Amino acid sequence: MKLLELLWAFFVSNILGYGGGPPIIPLIQAEVVDHYHWMTLEQFADVLALANALPSPIATKLGGYIGYQVSGVAGAIVALVATIVPTAIGMIILFKFLHLFKTSPQVVAMTQIVRPIVAVLMGILAYQFFNSAYHSSGIVQTGIITAVSLIALEKLKIHPAIIIILALAYGAFVLG
Amino acid sequence: MDYWNLFIGFFRIGILGFGGGPTMIPLVHAECVKKYGWISDDEFSDVLGMGNALPGPIATKMASYIGYKVKGIVGATIAIIAIVVPVLLMMILLLGFIYKLKDNGIVGGMTEGIRPVIGVMMAVLAYEFLKKSWISWTKRRTVLWLLISIGALVGLGLNPGIVIGAALAYAFIESTSMTRKSKRENANSDRSSAE
Repeated sequence: MKLLELLWAFFVSNILGYGGGPPIIPLIQAEVVDHYHWMTLEQFADVLALANALPSPIATKLGGYIGYQVSGVAGAIVALVATIVPTAIGMIILFKFLHLFKTSPQVVAMTQIVRPIVAVLMGILAYQFFNSAYHSSGIVQTGIITAVSLIALEKLKIHPAIIIILALAYGAFVLG
Repeated sequence: MDYWNLFIGFFRIGILGFGGGPTMIPLVHAECVKKYGWISDDEFSDVLGMGNALPGPIATKMASYIGYKVKGIVGATIAIIAIVVPVLLMMILLLGFIYKLKDNGIVGGMTEGIRPVIGVMMAVLAYEFLKKSWISWTKRRTVLWLLISIGALVGLGLNPGIVIGAALAYAFIESTSMTRKSKRENANSDRSSAE
């Protein structure tokens, strides 16, 4: 029964969570805290803070962790499946659609129209990342990290993983 | 070998993705387009754009599409597991340790440290998509849709999924009607040349 409830709770909150991880958080909270009472609001806030401190997608961290708290390993698996599988199937259908019709004028038109929108979307995200960096670490640190990573990525063509690990270390020792 | 590369590629994306979904977008590009060549730039823009029109977390959606393209259902499963499970295990097993880390500022500093790096990667991607659109589409349409999406996303603050969904529907309907029209014109000219 608990497993079915977990399946339903995480299916609903992820399928209604439009626009990636952060919009899903209040929906998960509504199911987990308000509806099923698996944890208190304080406990949920703790889990959220913990999840935010770690890398990888937020929705799957919340699902897996809360599922584990409620019903052990089986609970974690069920919550993860409910979080991931419905949209994964959607993406595979999208893949088949794109490949089956890739030369059709409709798919060509859709591919073209998406590009400038994605460019704007990336531009907005870039602005948000710079803006929050400016507010939390100041103009000097933001400028230094930006300049160094731009040169390392675009001029020296160093793999981003290496630059990110260095930036994480710099952040931990200098900004932390 | 493909399975191993899928695992390592998406493991790196997950383990370095401090700060949630959007952080992982340029990492997916770095691994899947630049390093392994699993998808082209165009396909990346398709996956990102159309993926945004579907609900749910973006990183696992990209992992399932790319994993499926490389190695079918097994590939999709491996990519998803690689991006999700290692960090989840850390979270469950090292709970106490992470709680200590969370409050001593180190993790906050790490997240702060990579923000400008991700910002740079995002800005480079934005520039590349813009250039691509400029070269391969009509310039007038690129500018028009740039203005429309800036107005809708920044001006009106609409959800990206809704903006992209509406644009996709528009492109589909417009190209369908144009195809019909040109078919009709072809049929007419065939008839007149036959006469």
